Amino acid sequence: MTKERFFKWRYVFLVVFFFFLFLPVYWMINCSLKFDTEILSDLTLFPKQLTFKNYDTIFTSPDWRSSIINSLAYVFMNVIITLLAAVPGAYAFSRWKFMGDKHLFFWLLSNRMAPAAIFIVPFMQLYSTFGLFDTHFAVALGHCLFNIPLAIWILEGFMSGIPREIDETAFIDGYSFWRFFRKIFFPLIGPGVGVAAFFAFTFSWVELIIAKALTLTNTKPLVVQLSVGIGAEGVKWGLMAAAGVVTLIPGAIVVYFVRNYMAKGFALGRV
Amino acid sequence: MKNKAWLFLIPTLVLVAINAFIPMMTVVNYSFFNLYSGSTPEFVGLQNYYDLFRDPFFHSALWRQLVFSIAVLVVQIPLGIAIAACMPKKGIGVTISLVLLGFPLLIPHNVVGIIWRLFTQDNIGIVPTVLAWFGYTYNVAMSPVDAPLTIFVCDVWHWTPLIALLSFAGMQAIPDAFYQAAKIDGASTWKTFRYVTLPKMRNVLTIGILLRFMDSFKIYDEPMTITGGGPGSSTTFLNIFVARKAESYDLGYAGAVSIVYLLIVMVVSYLFFQVLSRVGKGGADK
Repeated sequence: MTKERFFKWRYVFLVVFFFFLFLPVYWMINCSLKFDTEILSDLTLFPKQLTFKNYDTIFTSPDWRSSIINSLAYVFMNVIITLLAAVPGAYAFSRWKFMGDKHLFFWLLSNRMAPAAIFIVPFMQLYSTFGLFDTHFAVALGHCLFNIPLAIWILEGFMSGIPREIDETAFIDGYSFWRFFRKIFFPLIGPGVGVAAFFAFTFSWVELIIAKALTLTNTKPLVVQLSVGIGAEGVKWGLMAAAGVVTLIPGAIVVYFVRNYMAKGFALGRV
Repeated sequence: MKNKAWLFLIPTLVLVAINAFIPMMTVVNYSFFNLYSGSTPEFVGLQNYYDLFRDPFFHSALWRQLVFSIAVLVVQIPLGIAIAACMPKKGIGVTISLVLLGFPLLIPHNVVGIIWRLFTQDNIGIVPTVLAWFGYTYNVAMSPVDAPLTIFVCDVWHWTPLIALLSFAGMQAIPDAFYQAAKIDGASTWKTFRYVTLPKMRNVLTIGILLRFMDSFKIYDEPMTITGGGPGSSTTFLNIFVARKAESYDLGYAGAVSIVYLLIVMVVSYLFFQVLSRVGKGGADK
């Protein structure tokens, strides 16, 4: 009896929390479909006068369109670079004990905490020296700072779950390292790679300060366009809301595609 | 074998080190100079550090930041664990919950700010209206109490799902045998959770706590979008304080603040790291 009651309450709690997650987002979507006059005059749960004017402004402007493409470009590059570096890195952490491995891991993770605002100028200088300033590649590399450590940590969890005997047996059977990795190991950690890719995508997509520091006009990302393109002549609330909604779309698509991977990945690994 | 480990770590080390070391050294360098007054940087030694330890604005920003970060941990960690514990364990419910939880994490930080600004702004959002029904006059732009509270609730909204996702993964990885053993011993739901689930989540929770602690110090875009650091300085968290100094070209001073701030976060995080991996271990071995 008490157990059944507990079951009931936990779902009530979940639904309340999900409602709390959903409501502010809904409000933004709602605002994006209104005229500014209506946003400022009435509080209505549905637009009285439905309009797609705000979206039209965004999708017909070349500035906005190219910024969406720029963002997607560096995010995908970053995911690939992150995985290429993190998969072998995580393998090292999971298979070998070496001097200072715990501390090295802490150091890697601690790079997340750099107070980004002050790093704007040094980052600009660094990537200008490489001649990469204002390219997609620069942002993709810059985001490795926080994405690689996270990906290593996720992948290490998955890899440690795979018994070491599998490696050893394969080597005894005469597999070369590369062949073992491709044919046996990689398929086993597939869900882990999916989860790591998801998190890398996420953190690269949402990051603003490094992306802003390393880009100027050619590769201006969506998140930057968002903060400069709107406030120029007073706040355009409807446009701001619509732009916000646009930034949600790639995330929603990614979540939709990786949903089964996520469920499987989260069930398997200790993330 | 040991050398092989380093071979595998080369790409990681190169990429992280370039991004971490060189900018960091530049900032350390800044902190010993006065870059404010004119075109020629003037070496001032520890003057910037001396100044900041006597700067009441720095003290209040630091204090505000510490209160905020502790509140973040105290609320988000238990709430995230509770959500993970309440989530369905198999079937379509898992996928739905994971997708819903993953969603806020995919929203760019300044868009999170926009969402909450639209949600809480006077005349535009629902929050002031709904709170007015309960007789509370809420104004995020004017009240030095409402503003930081709003940022805090926004942060809970934004980041609790991450803790929930991590906790869920940690719980899923616990073999069923442990729960069956607990059942045979006649342990209650709470006791099973306390003595079986929680100790097994040590690794995941260590990372969750570290991530949230470090990231809470980095909060910048949300307060800038929602309140712009005000009213007064009630939402001027440490990172905004640094950015203000950097924007007014006081790079030397801003550099010194950054270094002090980094040292604080690093030391506290390292203590967390040590304590958590030790305390948890004791629990798990029992």
